[in-house]
Order: sequence, then structure tokens, then C-alpha cells
Amino acid sequence: MKMDIAFGQYCHGDSVLHRLDPRVKIVTAIVFIVEIFLAKSAASFALIVAATVLLLALSGISPRIILRGIRPIVFVILFTAVINIFFVRGEKPLVEFWVIKIYPEGLINAAFIAIRIIVLIVSTSLFLTYTTTPIALTDGLEQLLSPLSKIKLPVHEFSMMMTIALRFIPTLIEETEKIMNAQKARGADFSTGGLIKRARALIPIMIPLFVSAFRRADELATAMECRCYTGGKGRTRLNVLKAGPADLIFALCVVALGAAVVLLNIYVPFFKVGIY
Amino acid sequence: MNENYEIVAENVSFSYPGEETNPPVRALRGVTLRVPKGSYTAILGRNGSGKSTLARILCMLEIPEEGELYIGGKLMTGDGVTETDILEARKRVGMVFQNPDNQIVATIVEEDVAFGCENLGVPTEEIRKRVDEALETVGMRKYARHSPHKLSGGQKQRVAIAGVIAMKRDCIIFDESTAMLDPMGRREVLDTIDKLNSEDGVTVILITHYMDEATRADRVVVMDGGTILKEGTPSEVFSDPEALWSASLDVPQTTELLYGLKKKGLDVPLDVFDPERCAAVIAGALASRGGKKNGDR
Repeated sequence: MKMDIAFGQYCHGDSVLHRLDPRVKIVTAIVFIVEIFLAKSAASFALIVAATVLLLALSGISPRIILRGIRPIVFVILFTAVINIFFVRGEKPLVEFWVIKIYPEGLINAAFIAIRIIVLIVSTSLFLTYTTTPIALTDGLEQLLSPLSKIKLPVHEFSMMMTIALRFIPTLIEETEKIMNAQKARGADFSTGGLIKRARALIPIMIPLFVSAFRRADELATAMECRCYTGGKGRTRLNVLKAGPADLIFALCVVALGAAVVLLNIYVPFFKVGIY
Repeated sequence: MNENYEIVAENVSFSYPGEETNPPVRALRGVTLRVPKGSYTAILGRNGSGKSTLARILCMLEIPEEGELYIGGKLMTGDGVTETDILEARKRVGMVFQNPDNQIVATIVEEDVAFGCENLGVPTEEIRKRVDEALETVGMRKYARHSPHKLSGGQKQRVAIAGVIAMKRDCIIFDESTAMLDPMGRREVLDTIDKLNSEDGVTVILITHYMDEATRADRVVVMDGGTILKEGTPSEVFSDPEALWSASLDVPQTTELLYGLKKKGLDVPLDVFDPERCAAVIAGALASRGGKKNGDR
């Protein structure tokens, strides 16, 4: 069994987007999400979609990878779209059949919601997971949150934990596959039977996995101790985060995009709908 | 007297605490070991011989019950050893473990190599320089921005070694660092270790149960049952295969072959560890014997 872990995986590259300061990327990603929810008319949606396509072009990441990231959520998108088609009420029904009434508003709403979800997933993964190494991401978060360490919150320790967790995800997935194969070779069956039977079949996988994870944790702690790790105090960095002119320009562009979205909502209100 | 030695262990003993049903295990019984600066020492022994325990004591992961331990001439046992002393000792002595997966902390190769330096508070430009140098030494420069989990075992282990090199340790202990690797990976790692010792003057302690690896060292220490069974140059130690066999240890394949031939009356030395040279020696011995026989006739 090969596990699909495309969503949330870093794609190596050297684009403009890759080189931006992770702190800037985290903040602008949040701003961009807000902008996606601000868009309310066809024109502003078109702008948001155009901006996302531009981001994709800037990142130099193959659209196939992006599609792979969307695949797991296709069902969610379809489901919300269908709900919208059937349940949104407007003024004049487009189609009337027994108790089913489909209004043009419903169709527009469904299309917008689908676009919104897709853009949300694509843009956040472009901003953060695809173009930012997990370690840069945790670094950025650590520095953004560093004021909190003043009130004794263990910000460095938390980001260290995040880094190690990210580091061990592929290792543990590999291990799970190994254990599953080992159990299958002994006649274990994971693919037939009801829900409860299948859940129970996972126990012989979980137990060895946990045992080995604890052993790994122990060895890693020893190795870290041997490399003089004593917590966040007095540590320096290989990559010090530095925001340059490119970061400033990028941030300004994202802010300008927000302004444009609001203006388009007001002045070009084609197909404007009140979506939630 | 201790100045010329990187590590000195005097009469060190250690036991692992027992559990409910098991009695405590005495892992080391009065081991004395002197590791000269810049030397290449191999510690050999079968499972449970105490070699890994000794390694853990040498890099201060365990504290000996009895005996004295000096690192860089400084006494590291007894009362009055502070956290700072231990940290200072760890800056001198580094360790590379068996499983490369469980010692790599970061998700990018160069970040992992930098981890130790970051902990020491080395300035950023200096870290950059050291990381590049260390990756160059282990031949992993072009993988600097890769993710460690996509590398082969030998490559991962070389990344782990680079992490230790970047901290500029005087002494590196390899605790069965090749045990989990395929022959390719083993050779990569062993060549890296040789280079570190001969070119950069790093003191190397190689813990292994592969006899062939031990022949690369200038000193071999054979452990059995928590004590040192034999100590000396590879030639000295492997000159008496019977003693090693009685401790359930092997000798290098070349030595085994030469020993068998010698017993059958062929005049060959035992301390030739390189297969090519071994073949040459046997051919030479056979030729001279053949020559003698012809002369007799």
C-alpha cells in the first residue's frame, strides 16, 4: 500500500516564491485567505483566481502536483456544490421538478463555493507547504511567536517538536508499510470485513509502530544530547531570516490585491451573491 | 602524562541496573584504555562484550561506577564535575550512532549538519563555512538542500558524520556506524572515516564487529565479557587466531586463509589484510616452494 502524502509536502525549487521570507509568507497567506472570503462578485473571483494562477506560475511547481493535492478533497467540493445547487433559494426557479427547484443563484453560489475551496487549498499550499521547507515554516512561526516567550511560553521547544515531528513523518510512514507487509506475510488481513474487524486488524500494526517510535525518540534524544543540545538558550542559526525588498514588494502586492477585491465587489457587482 | 592522550579510562567498571526478575548486568569490569591523540583505534567484540557500553562511557552518556575517566586531560569522574564540564567534554568527543535515521534531526541535509554548531552558538557565517566544508569532506555537497529521508543509508550516515565534523571535534566515536549499511554504504563510510583520521587528524574510535574493518585501524582492542582480551596493532592481535576463536570472534578472512595455509606448512605471514596483497603473498610463497623443490631434484 503506497500512501499518498502529496498534500503538505515541500517541493524543491528556487523560485521567487521559494526565496521569500517564511514570516512574510505566513502573514500574507493569512491575508490572502481573508481576501478569498472577501470576494463576492464574478470580477473579484476572477481576480483571485488570476492571482492564484500567477502564484502557481511564480512558484514553478508543476500543475500536476497541485492537482494531486486537490484530489483528496474533490468529494468535499462536489458535496458542498450539490448542496448549494439544491438548497439555495432565489427569485425565479430555473428548473422545477417535483419538490426540486433549482435557482440561478444556487448555480452561481455552487460555482463560487467550489472555486473558493479550490483556491483556498491551492493558494495556502503554494504559499506555505509547497514552497517553504517545513523547517523554514517552523522557524518563521517561532520568530513570529517569539514575543510569547516573554510570558514564559516555550516557543522554541514547541517549534523543535514540530520540526522533529515533520522530520519523522516519512520515516514512520515507511515503517508502517514495513510492519503491514510483515503482518501480511504472516496472514494478517486488512482489507476485508466490517469496520470493527478492520479497526481491530490495525492493532498489530499500531503496537509495534508505537514501540519503535518510542525507541527512536530515545535514540534521537541521546544523539541530540551528544550534539550539545541544551534547549533554545544561546543557539545561533545557519539560516537567519532576513526580509528583503522582494518580500516588501510581495507583501504590498497582496495588500493591493485585497483593495482590488473590495473595489471590484463594489463597482463591478456582476453575479454578486451573498455567500457565507 | 595525560596530555598526549585524547581519552584515558583507568580501571573503569559499569553495571546496568537490574529489573524485578533480572539481576544487574555487569557490562564493564575494570577496563583500562588509552587513546592517543590522532590515533585510529578499533574496538572489537561480539554482542554483549561491553564495547558499546564503553563507547557510551567515553562520550559521557553513562557515568562509570568505578575508575577514572579523563577527556582531553581533564578528570571527568567523581564529585565536582559540573554540567559545564560535561558540555565541554562533549565539544571534544562526538559520536556517530548505528541507525542513521534516528540521529538526523532536521528535514534538510544542511540544516542537520548545522544543528550541532547552532547548539554551540557559533556565529552564522562561521556555521555556513563549516557546513560547506563538512559536506565537502564527506562528499555530500551536492545534496545540501535535499531531504534526508530520500538518501540511501550510506549517504544518511555520511550526513550524520558531517554533523559531527562541523562541530570540529577532536575525537569521533563510531558506534557500529556501518552495521545497518549495505556493502556500498559501508565502504563509503569507512573511506570517509579513513580520510578524517589521515587528513584532518581527528582521533577515531571505531566500534565494530566486522574484523575486516578493524584492520584499517592502527590499534585494535578486543573486548570480551566486559574486559579487554587483547590489545595491539592489527598484526599483533590477529597473529593468534586461536585466542580470538575461543572468544567466539572471527579473524579477517585473509588471516584465516593464511593461518590455514601456514598450519599446512606453507611459509606465509599472517598480517596481510588486503585481498590483493594476500593473493600475491600466497603466489610468492608457492613459487618459492616450487623453486626449492625443483632445486632439490
